[in-house]
Amino acid sequence: MDWQRLLVSYFVGFVLLNVLLGLMAYMTWFERRVLARMQHRVGPNRTGPFGLLQPIADGIKLLAKEDIVPANADRLVFLVAPLLSFALAPLGAAVIPFGESLHLFGLEIPLLVADINVAVLYVLALGSIGVYGIILGGYASGNRYSLLGALRSTAQVISYELVLGLSLVGVFILAGSFSLQDILREQQRVLVIGPLTLPNWYILSQPLAFALFLIAAVAETNRAPFDLPEAETELVAGYFTEYSGFRFSFYFLAEYINMIVVSLLAGTLFVGGIDGPFADGVWWLALKALFFLFFYVWLRATLPRFRYDQLMGLAWKVLLPLALLNIGLTGLVRLWGIGAL
Amino acid sequence: MSLVDYAVIGLLVLTSTVMGTVLILVGHFVRPRKPTPAKLQPYESGVPDVNPPRGRITPRFYLVALLFVVFDVEAIFIYPWAVAFDALALYGFLQAALFVGILLIGLLYEWRKGALEWV
Repeated sequence: MDWQRLLVSYFVGFVLLNVLLGLMAYMTWFERRVLARMQHRVGPNRTGPFGLLQPIADGIKLLAKEDIVPANADRLVFLVAPLLSFALAPLGAAVIPFGESLHLFGLEIPLLVADINVAVLYVLALGSIGVYGIILGGYASGNRYSLLGALRSTAQVISYELVLGLSLVGVFILAGSFSLQDILREQQRVLVIGPLTLPNWYILSQPLAFALFLIAAVAETNRAPFDLPEAETELVAGYFTEYSGFRFSFYFLAEYINMIVVSLLAGTLFVGGIDGPFADGVWWLALKALFFLFFYVWLRATLPRFRYDQLMGLAWKVLLPLALLNIGLTGLVRLWGIGAL
Repeated sequence: MSLVDYAVIGLLVLTSTVMGTVLILVGHFVRPRKPTPAKLQPYESGVPDVNPPRGRITPRFYLVALLFVVFDVEAIFIYPWAVAFDALALYGFLQAALFVGILLIGLLYEWRKGALEWV
């Protein structure tokens, strides 16, 4: 095994993990400020300039709150479940390419933590394992609301995961690879259609897949308008009703980190990732991800929550057939493109 | 692409788990701990809980789980075909279409039978 490469990659991964945690903290600030502006309020602006110290104050407050374990909870599972959600959330970012390798101090520092050839599959698998944190936490709480919230959440996440997975098949057909590195390289080529010169971003060739991915990603991260599991008018706080203090914040952290990872993924898969005009680089990916994060907040401010039967109906009766249709169409066009039809 | 990349992911799993545990442990020295019987009751809108909390569950959820397994396996079979699409060309496409078609008939059947209705 190449120990030096392992060490350097691990170091980059460690930095990425901490950057994600910091970004997540400021995502809460960003969401509260933007949401406040959309509702003609001011939002948190007292703690530090523009309220910038608010996330830190929140963190300290949560750390100092009592950690209540209900009397009839399944103690061990109750304590471990939020940790499971939290520990898995940031790992998806490990396969996202943030740029070409840097050369510093005679070392080659990759801006991609783990270059595995099944990168997208790995991210989807992480999403599946993340469900365990929800269902175990809800089940172990020994509370009706928690259990119902967990069941709803699980049913929702697995239904939309299917749509998420199938919407990407079109991209796989075009790129011929699961590796985000390859998918990115494919998108960095230039597309010339008559007088037009366009980037080969998959949002142009896979618009339906992009729309499906975006909808499924919002549902997958349990965000409005798909935040049924935590519909406070029906289920109190859903699967984390009984959680308090820092264990509660683990679920919160996981949700926001998932949002960031999904935004990075959407940026890399459909709109060219680090590819952009003038100079390619991590700033383009950051800008694209920021747009998707803004989109999340925007949705939350605009749309009312779905009813549960509408939610499941949408996944199985509309999005799933559309995803299959997209695969068929992409396949036919590709067959024609490679001259096999 | 090598074992190193997977080793890094393994190390990162360990790291994030340790980070979470450390956060909980740090909190252990800061936070108060004053459990009272009332505080440890499950939240039930202020009334005593009568029914067992892990009681019966609607069979709808089991149906969704079953459907999910069927279509997730479908997705897993489709993925390798999608990646090798150019090499398999028309023959592969027809085979995949047949496979998806059979499952699509299944989906339509479930639809007609009301397995997708959520009442």
